[in-house]
Amino acid sequence: MLGFTALELARIQFGFTISFHIIFPAITIGLASYLTVLEILWLSTKREVYRDLYHFWVKIFAVSFGMGVVSGLVMAYQFGTNWSYFSDFAGSITGPLLAYEVLTAFFLEAGFLGVMLFGWHRVGPRMHLMSTAMVAVGTLISASWIIASNSWMQTPQGFEIIDGRAVPTDWIAVIFNPSFPYRLIHMSIAAYLATALLVVGSAAWHLLRGNNNTSIKKMFSMGLWMLVLVAPLQAVVGDLHGLNTLEYQPVKLAAIEGHWENKTNGEGVPLILIGWPDMEREETRYKIEIPHLGSLLLTGTWDGPIPALKDFPPEDRPNSTIVFWSFRIMVGLGLCMILMGIWGAVLRWRGKLWSNRAFQKFAVLMWPTGLIAILAGWYTTEIGRQPWTVYGIFRTADSVSNHSAGQLGFTLLLFIVVYIAIFGTGTAYLFRLVQKGPVPFEGRQTEEGGVGQEQTPMRPISAAKKSDRDDAPDPDERDK
Amino acid sequence: MGIELSVIWALIILFSIMMYIVMDGFDLGLGILYPFFKEKEQRDIIMNTVAPVWDGNETWLVMGGAGLMAAFPLAYSVILSALYLPVILMLLGLVFRGVAFEFRFKALDHERHFWDKAFIGGSVAATFFQGVTLGAYVQGIPVVDRAYAGNAFDWLSPFSIFTGIGLVAAFALLGSTWLIIKTVGEIQNRAYKITSHLSWILLGFIVVVSIWTPLRDASIAERWFSLPTILWFSPVPVLVLACTYLLRRAVAQRKQIQPFIFTLMLVFLGYSGLGISLWPHIIPPSITIWDAASPPQSQGFALVGALFIIPFILVYTAWAYYVFRGKVTSGEGYH
Ligand code: HDD
Ligand code: HEM
Ligand code: HEM
Repeated sequence: MLGFTALELARIQFGFTISFHIIFPAITIGLASYLTVLEILWLSTKREVYRDLYHFWVKIFAVSFGMGVVSGLVMAYQFGTNWSYFSDFAGSITGPLLAYEVLTAFFLEAGFLGVMLFGWHRVGPRMHLMSTAMVAVGTLISASWIIASNSWMQTPQGFEIIDGRAVPTDWIAVIFNPSFPYRLIHMSIAAYLATALLVVGSAAWHLLRGNNNTSIKKMFSMGLWMLVLVAPLQAVVGDLHGLNTLEYQPVKLAAIEGHWENKTNGEGVPLILIGWPDMEREETRYKIEIPHLGSLLLTGTWDGPIPALKDFPPEDRPNSTIVFWSFRIMVGLGLCMILMGIWGAVLRWRGKLWSNRAFQKFAVLMWPTGLIAILAGWYTTEIGRQPWTVYGIFRTADSVSNHSAGQLGFTLLLFIVVYIAIFGTGTAYLFRLVQKGPVPFEGRQTEEGGVGQEQTPMRPISAAKKSDRDDAPDPDERDK
Repeated sequence: MGIELSVIWALIILFSIMMYIVMDGFDLGLGILYPFFKEKEQRDIIMNTVAPVWDGNETWLVMGGAGLMAAFPLAYSVILSALYLPVILMLLGLVFRGVAFEFRFKALDHERHFWDKAFIGGSVAATFFQGVTLGAYVQGIPVVDRAYAGNAFDWLSPFSIFTGIGLVAAFALLGSTWLIIKTVGEIQNRAYKITSHLSWILLGFIVVVSIWTPLRDASIAERWFSLPTILWFSPVPVLVLACTYLLRRAVAQRKQIQPFIFTLMLVFLGYSGLGISLWPHIIPPSITIWDAASPPQSQGFALVGALFIIPFILVYTAWAYYVFRGKVTSGEGYH
């Protein structure tokens, strides 16, 4: 099939489908927590602005949740359809983790989602808040299990190999494997950052159009607080994550650094800012480097050596060209986020937050960068793990099901066509919702374009009838 | 110890799949019935009868898959790679209909027809390929050296296509009886009519599958007609006829909830017939649940969670249904 082997096609298919999937969880993790905060603020201050914002963001949440669910459903079956040898080998470990994810997270999210989206007039305010909070907790629990599973594949421990299959011996060791805490925290913060950037970018877009009502200003401000606090934290966590990788996945780290060999004279390792790692020639070409900084950052000494690609046989090396660049994209965008947070704080301090158009334009530009950094980060992690599915234990080439390339090519084509059509349209609908912006006093009446609602009201009468309803009618009134 | 764990896990997975058939069955059924309701307002109402709960319904499918991977990884890997194409097509069907729930309401008037079609096409495709998967599974899957040993199109046979269409009829019936519960007026009237036709059609499918299955497969025939099992089995045909009769009578008397209950019983009878035919094989015809089991450490670890958490899941799921109880009418909906 177009010169690709079945293995390559299976990998492209997995990479393609998970890349679409991860975008939506990142948004739903961030927004669910944001919505919980908004609802708490609404109930405790009774300021309309929080309720308006809740009703604005919950629509966007609903659409991206829908896309997260359907793309996730595909993922849950791909381990069996595309990676059956991997599932047979490691299913005894990844299976129970996925089962716990379903039991503790997916059901929780799904069970309370209906009430969160459709129950504003059906249950009391506290019950509704609890539903929102349950969904938010569910998204974080979900992230914990799936990342435990992924991290175990990166830094496996707590198991024995019996009859060619992984058998768990210590579940605590399996779950709390060495890279799990770093990866979980880094990913959760990434989701919050990405969401904050969406919130701030949307607000900036409205501000630039002169649409500066209280809700818009409020979300601009809230998002910027998030950014200034969390973006620097992400860099610190990322740095610790890198040190963890140095210890447990040295060859990945060497590939990220584009570092081929240590000087024999014991001279320190430079930090290569940019360059082109060439897998054939076994060197990094066109490089711009800062002497000694690599040693300093990674070993804390002036000229300590770090693992180098040539220390490992060629068949065990991941593709350095890709991970070198995906890593730099992530870190570069992370630095831009820190910059944006600081710039926003300075403007706020000087009282110019609402008037500085240059900053607002920058914020619009930064709108998608959280999601791009998330993808870049995962590419670094996953491609850097190659050629292994379970690092050092089980190779990707041994993991793949024995389908023909034709069959895999056919389904890959289907996925590409369907995903681009569906998620493309979904994204267009998201943009449409963002452009409408928060509507004052939404939630008092039936909102147009709300969850499961028309863009335009169906019949004016029904909307009018609702508008005299209270926010939370008492239970007896519900069922009419 | 290992033996009991495998049996318990097989029961949990059977339970999850049963829950899936019961719960996602009626909401897939609504998609299948959509063509019979043309007006936009009716379609809005129909979709709103399940909008708050469909995600939870579908989660039982994920539970079935995850449970299989956790407790019987060999079965998970072999079955899914043997049934590769129908499984992928089923998933894509679910993608289309899943997003339709939100997109249909977000679309502008001239775009809406596309999501109506996505909802119909996705529901029909998902159901049909679930039925095909079921048929192909019952036919058996050759395994050599812990891997699927057939080829890419083994699943495609007259029998599997027949079970695919049969499942479409079954889910449509679940959908129409659900509509009887949740709607009034015009929609409900039509649902009664549809139910009445579908009850004959489904009965026809059940009869044909029950004759065809033992004819196709001597080992199943032997099992059905050998001594202990036939005692278990002999009431089944009688019960199927009784259920169909009760279902039709309930429709004639315009009962609201009974039609759904009797349809569920019909589906349950079909499902248990299948279970009895295959037990204890998890990859028919040769691999048993014990051959495919994951180590006791895995089954035990996951079991603690399953037994502890599933009751809570059932409680809050019931609560969500309770919150959205009652008839759905135009305009009021859920808002
Ligand atoms: C960091 C978070 C994260 C990551 C790495 C993944 N997921 Fe995911 N997944 C979620 C976070 C999430 C979520 C936030 O919990 C979602 C998104 C929207 C939703 O409904 O829940 C979700 C939904 C979701 C669903 C639908 C659940 C439902 O029906 O409600 C399934 C089956 C999966 N995922 C399975 C997977 C698999 C097999 C993955 C790995 C290959 C995976 N997810 C990666
Ligand atoms: C969510 C963000 C993720 C992204 C963007 C991502 C990306 C990728 C990419 C690009 C590949 C292909 C690598 C290659 O073959 O060159 C891959 C492979 C894979 N990933 Fe991930 N991944 C993510 C999360 C996960 C998680 C959470 C798991 C496990 C629970 C996982 C398990 C796998 C497996 C089994 C493969 C296939 C074998 C392989 O090629 O290594 N991934 N992923
Ligand atoms: C600013 C400095 C940052 C540093 C030093 C850093 C560091 C790292 C490192 C070393 C890894 C690879 C871990 C491995 O070996 O597998 C990684 C992965 C990742 N990064 Fe970053 N990162 C930074 C910023 C960001 C930002 C801003 C985002 C997103 C908003 C992000 C999202 C991710 C994700 C999703 C992964 C993959 C999951 C994981 O392994 O944690 N990172 N990061």
